[in-house]
Amino acid sequence: MADINILAIESSCDETAAAVVRNGREVLSNVIYSQIDLHTLYGGVVPEIASRKHIDKINQVVEKAIADSGMELKDMDAVAVTYGPGLVGPLLVGVSFAKALAYGANLPIIGVHHIEGHICANYIANKELEPPFMCLIVSGGHTHLVKVADYGKYEILGKTEDDAAGEAFDKVARAIGLGYPGGPKIDKVSKSGNPEAIKFPRAKVGGSEYDFSFSGLKSAVLNYLNTASMNNETIVTEDVASSFQQAVIDVLVGHSMEALNQYGFKKFAIAGGVASNSGLREAFEKACAERGIEFFLPPPILCTDNAAMIGSAAFFEYESGLRNGLDLNAVPNLKLGER
Amino acid sequence: MKILALDSSGLVASVAYLEDEKIKGLININYQKTHSQTLLPMLDEMVKTLEIDLNDIDYLACANGPGSFTGLRIGVATIKGLGLSINKEIVDVSTLEALALNWAGADGIIVPIMDARRSQVYAAGYTFEENSSKPVKVIEPVNCDLSELIKELNAMGKKVFFTGDGVPVYKEMIEESLKVPYAFPNAANAYQNAANVAVLANIYAKEGLAKKAADISPVYLRKPQAEREREAMQGAN
Repeated sequence: MADINILAIESSCDETAAAVVRNGREVLSNVIYSQIDLHTLYGGVVPEIASRKHIDKINQVVEKAIADSGMELKDMDAVAVTYGPGLVGPLLVGVSFAKALAYGANLPIIGVHHIEGHICANYIANKELEPPFMCLIVSGGHTHLVKVADYGKYEILGKTEDDAAGEAFDKVARAIGLGYPGGPKIDKVSKSGNPEAIKFPRAKVGGSEYDFSFSGLKSAVLNYLNTASMNNETIVTEDVASSFQQAVIDVLVGHSMEALNQYGFKKFAIAGGVASNSGLREAFEKACAERGIEFFLPPPILCTDNAAMIGSAAFFEYESGLRNGLDLNAVPNLKLGER
Repeated sequence: MKILALDSSGLVASVAYLEDEKIKGLININYQKTHSQTLLPMLDEMVKTLEIDLNDIDYLACANGPGSFTGLRIGVATIKGLGLSINKEIVDVSTLEALALNWAGADGIIVPIMDARRSQVYAAGYTFEENSSKPVKVIEPVNCDLSELIKELNAMGKKVFFTGDGVPVYKEMIEESLKVPYAFPNAANAYQNAANVAVLANIYAKEGLAKKAADISPVYLRKPQAEREREAMQGAN
């Protein structure tokens, strides 16, 4: 079988990324330009600023991804691009650029779902991983518990009703003065804190039994901080961070293990930016080991937003015959499994 | 010289093809679909109808702003992607200067105005020398209140020829406060048109002003809101 090489582009949030991926599993190049320093000034991603940076950097990023792969554009089999979900301005830069690039090179264009990309990061990290399995995607914008029935076939079991897990990390980090981005910073100071120092709530929500809610937890942390400062109590940042992180982990692990048990899956994977959290990784390793479940997780470079994961997802879409037209549009609230 | 040009900086999505000083193809669409859905299919239709071989093109061209931030980026991202894949240089021209060609040769000041919301416009002023299709700038491209622009035009004392999507939005305000003679455009010369972009690109390419795809960047004339607010807060402290 001939190799299939796909040039993939990702610009759904604040990373401008491009990669070349062979046969969905082998990364020939993976270039990421992170704008994080720019958005740190504002305490979060500013869509218009992100859009402007994407368009200024996209050529350099894509040219480097092609050069690093040792191939030429004309040797690719397709161009893939994230077309949703995400911020509409940033998405449109990637989609418009990728379509024109594919058009000029006479290559097919394939639109990829961003979450599907995150799930597929596991195919790159673990060459033997094949569906079916269950996957938890946790990032700044998404918290999804998904049944991966087959390549490209997904069923959402649970998702957040309000804040994404990573969003809660950002908001709590800001409240305790750690700054942006909250995930890595809370993870770091948590190591020297007591996860049981403060009892924060583990929310159960009304909808699906596997849905999540993190805004109540965030409010509980803010209330704790307010009350403590009004009573002139000393606030131990490490303990607040650690107790908050433990509450998030308990809910994520709890829901995932219940779902694995109910649906009888033997394989479990995590993905997304928050999957880099060391406390979360350890908790899942332990929980899966206790239940005899095989646990998969991508390395941090494939957890953060990147284009290699988009190239992987696109390969399976390519194999199933999917091609998009020149009218492919950005869909900011694209649902997983929709086309 | 063969130039493929586009403009999606405003309400109109437009593609044009210029060859040997002639416009051989032009498609303009002013419809509710996003430029993201219409622009590239239009370009493809024109390329197929005119049997253009993309490899034979000398230059690509686009309107680089000002304009709708998103519309502008759809066009600029499209031309940057195309420039990379067919390995051609790009001539980027001011949206306002291209709009000025709607009144090429008019005896007075040509003032393109684009609606920038909140009583503001993106605007500039141009004149034409005899037998030249290259506009001469007499008012620098600016993002300002319409009232400031009108004050300046009144002071200049010449007849004003308006064009651009700001005209229907601010027609009454102009009629009330402009003291010099003026003319509004008709339906055919009111909006952006990629043929104008191609004509200007043809001039500027000969002057050696084409750039690599990687070096093309939109000219917004307005900072992002978050940046303006941050600067205002810092100024207040």
